[in-house]
Amino acid sequence: MTTRIGVVTFPGSLDDRDAQRAIRLAGAEPVALWHRDKDLHQVDAVVLPGGFSYGDYLRAGAISRFSPVMETLIEQAKLGMPVLGICNGFQVLTESHLLPGAMLRNNHLHFICRDQKLRVENAATAWTSDYQAGQEISIPLKNMDGRYTADRRTIDELESEGRVVFRYLAGEDGLRNPNGSINDIAGITNAAGNVVGLMPHPEHAVEPLVGTGKTDGLPFFTSVLKQLVNV
Amino acid sequence: MARVVVDVMLKPEILDPQGQAVQRALPRLGFTGIADVRQGKRFELELEGPVDDAALDKIREAAETFLANTVIEDFTVRVEDGQ
Repeated sequence: MTTRIGVVTFPGSLDDRDAQRAIRLAGAEPVALWHRDKDLHQVDAVVLPGGFSYGDYLRAGAISRFSPVMETLIEQAKLGMPVLGICNGFQVLTESHLLPGAMLRNNHLHFICRDQKLRVENAATAWTSDYQAGQEISIPLKNMDGRYTADRRTIDELESEGRVVFRYLAGEDGLRNPNGSINDIAGITNAAGNVVGLMPHPEHAVEPLVGTGKTDGLPFFTSVLKQLVNV
Repeated sequence: MARVVVDVMLKPEILDPQGQAVQRALPRLGFTGIADVRQGKRFELELEGPVDDAALDKIREAAETFLANTVIEDFTVRVEDGQ
């Protein structure tokens, strides 16, 4: 049976099609999920894509978090279903409290769009097992509200439990931290390792023709596929 | 109709680059003597019924769960007089 991975479309989602494409390239079947439909249609994992759901009104991700599909998703994520939040999807995950902390406006107030070098700090999550811990990858980054923040206790907890999954590294321009994120954090996971959120976009780096010209993002999708097939 | 105002501000320890940008622009426009600027949000809620304790409790709940993200923001709830 083919592994089914859902991609939620909210009003204002932009990268849902690219996420579906990445899932297909990894060998799974992408399933379009609609924000007003509580039913997850028997998917085995879910991707919350990037974009500007509900126009980022109130706070990025704040309104999407209360959409019908999220009710079921939060339930299933707590039971262990793999969930990946990319960019706006990461913001939805922090607003849902599936991941700790919050996202703030970039410290320089500019929208940023560039290829971003990252270090994979944790290769034991549902979405990173096809990487090596310490591996450096480059995938696109494009956002306005990417400054990850949390209180000191939460940060200490994330660091000591190895739950910082990705950290920003300096690229050719020498710029390391693109948004003022605490400890250069680009992505984190929950304690169980099934929920991962990050600001940069792996789904834009899955084939040589577009994006960074490399396929550094593809292992996200092959990782989860492997885990689901082995279950 | 009664009006309840919810003010939402970033917590003091959270960097507010928007407030800083406003503060930097002020002297250029001739508005001197302003030491710090913090930018927040104000919600004006018009109630259908009376402003009693039950209604205010509900609004506090809405502020806590939705209007503010208490990880990064503080909020205050007050009833607007003179209606």
